[in-house]
Amino acid sequence: MTDGPRTLFDKVWDAHVVAHEPGSPAVLYVDLHLVHEVTSAPAFATLNARGLVVRRPERTAATMDHITPTSPDSALDDVARDTLSTLEKNCAEHGVRLFAMGDARRGIVHVIGPELGLSQPGMTIVCGDSHTSTHGAVGALAFGIGTSEVGHVLATQCLLQRRPEPMEIRVDGQLPAGVTAKDIILRVVAELGIGGGTGAVFEYRGAAIEALDMEGRMTLCNMSIEAGARAGMVAPDETTFAWLRGRDFAPSGAAWDRAVARWRELRTDDGATFARRLVIDAATLEPMITWGTNPGMGIGITEAIPNPDDAPDASTRAALQKALDYMHLEAGAPLLGQPVDVVFVGSCTNSRLSDLRAAAAVLDGRQVAPAVRMLVVPGSERIKAAAEAEGLHHIIVAAGAEWHEPGCSLCIAMNGDTVAAGKVAVSTSNRNFEGRQGPGSRTFLASPATAAACAVTGRVTDPRTLSR
Amino acid sequence: MERYPVPLVSRALLLPHENVDTDQITPARFLRGTSQDGLADALFHDWRKDPGFVLNQPGAREAQVLVAGDNFGCGSSREHAPWALVAWGFRAIVSTSFADIFRNNSLKNGLLPVVVPPETHRALFARVGAAPETELTIDLDALTLSAPGVAPVGFSVDPFARHCLLEGVDELGYLVGFDARITAFEAAQARTHGESV
Repeated sequence: MTDGPRTLFDKVWDAHVVAHEPGSPAVLYVDLHLVHEVTSAPAFATLNARGLVVRRPERTAATMDHITPTSPDSALDDVARDTLSTLEKNCAEHGVRLFAMGDARRGIVHVIGPELGLSQPGMTIVCGDSHTSTHGAVGALAFGIGTSEVGHVLATQCLLQRRPEPMEIRVDGQLPAGVTAKDIILRVVAELGIGGGTGAVFEYRGAAIEALDMEGRMTLCNMSIEAGARAGMVAPDETTFAWLRGRDFAPSGAAWDRAVARWRELRTDDGATFARRLVIDAATLEPMITWGTNPGMGIGITEAIPNPDDAPDASTRAALQKALDYMHLEAGAPLLGQPVDVVFVGSCTNSRLSDLRAAAAVLDGRQVAPAVRMLVVPGSERIKAAAEAEGLHHIIVAAGAEWHEPGCSLCIAMNGDTVAAGKVAVSTSNRNFEGRQGPGSRTFLASPATAAACAVTGRVTDPRTLSR
Repeated sequence: MERYPVPLVSRALLLPHENVDTDQITPARFLRGTSQDGLADALFHDWRKDPGFVLNQPGAREAQVLVAGDNFGCGSSREHAPWALVAWGFRAIVSTSFADIFRNNSLKNGLLPVVVPPETHRALFARVGAAPETELTIDLDALTLSAPGVAPVGFSVDPFARHCLLEGVDELGYLVGFDARITAFEAAQARTHGESV
């Protein structure tokens, strides 16, 4: 327990410590455990081998997203079919709720958690997936775990954890026109580097953060892990409560009022201290894009590709040169104008309705460049239905882009959707590691508006220059 | 789980890159399926296409130690990364820092992440680079790393994780032992939230 003024993180952490023996990590209680098909099978096998059961099946929810087909081109093969049926069998045997193929609530795990109101302020939330940090947008402490830990949580609803330290990420002022939550987080990761947040939990604060809608906050928290932080959080406020109210698993009636009263306490106290701090003036932001092979290799879209000769040390110089070589880019050249082969709008970072609207707004009345393949992959069945209800799919298809079924798709390229070797993708996802979107593929990460602008010109394009 | 060897004495391979992410260690297409079979073949699969890559050197399969650049294991939480490293035969990774989730996953699979100061890291690269047959000695009991021509250095490991490795026990048994306190916690939380238990 922390004495004196506490941060949002401290409050949520302290409320979930079951035990803390000297010399051992804390036993931390998990309120919500989300499960998907790729990282759970050995954990269920461990339970079965030891004769254990899922302690709180009603606090566990599973979905299928990583290897699911999103079009007839990515139909299930035998391995994928076996993986999905294993999850179905495990969930049935242990009484775990599963949003399976065909369920109207199925989708990417980090999309449906908040969408269904499963993810709530003040909760601890884990999943065998590093982008669990997404759920911090509702004011939860949410982080990714490994498969062994998935087994621990299934069996005991608890995890052994060392206490991370809270770090303030403050974005003051107002975002300029054409700049989005994706651009904020790409700037944060570029400033900190991909190891800069190791050991920390980010709390995003400041006027520019408070002004973000919930979907923007999810985009922001989603990529906290790309700076090495396990989790990112935004204090719940009226925006949060209005967004959560009425969702499938949110409290209702008197329970809602009690919950909101409790959630209003989830704010960092005046005088609470953060171990570290990064402050960004929103006015200095422009659309961001990555040029290299990790998410920290980002630049303002009008900036030049960095020159390794300017690097502070030999190892950084070597890393920059390795990335330039892989990406076939020239130091000091502009990224603007680079040819693009594939554009992907989707993933747990940017597949929500507002993301699809942003992409459709650029595509409306325009055509995807002839040499470009553009895929738009909604994050959930509900988002797909909502987008179709407002006709976004008509705009997307009329522009020459592909409208897919929900899933992780080209973010992780496990389901048959891939970028071919040597091809360049502009992607709204979260990782640009070598081969992430297919062996030999090259990835530029950007916002949905930037990605769509690149699709229509066939080149890396500043979306602000396309404004009507 | 078997007890961790004390001391671990082995040749080391050098991987002179920073920020090696788990997509390189085990590319996502090898995460399909539900078993850990074949993960040694998946290890650094795409980098192994380069004949000069360190895992393609003669005798590479005998090395139990990998000395890698800063922030090793960043990115995806996939436990397939330590599974593949262990399947290859590695028992320790030496670096100047590790990503959080990878470190946690490794400790649960008998793979020891050893953080050394930059000067030791440089000395190991110089020594092993010049004399690949050099054997490193990593003592989890004494918490020391030494090698001929390299000043011995201490390292730290979470005491609980060290206990589990040395005794060959896993954390699940420890957690299950908290059953009564977990039940009490759940009851207290329900009262705080105004729910019926």
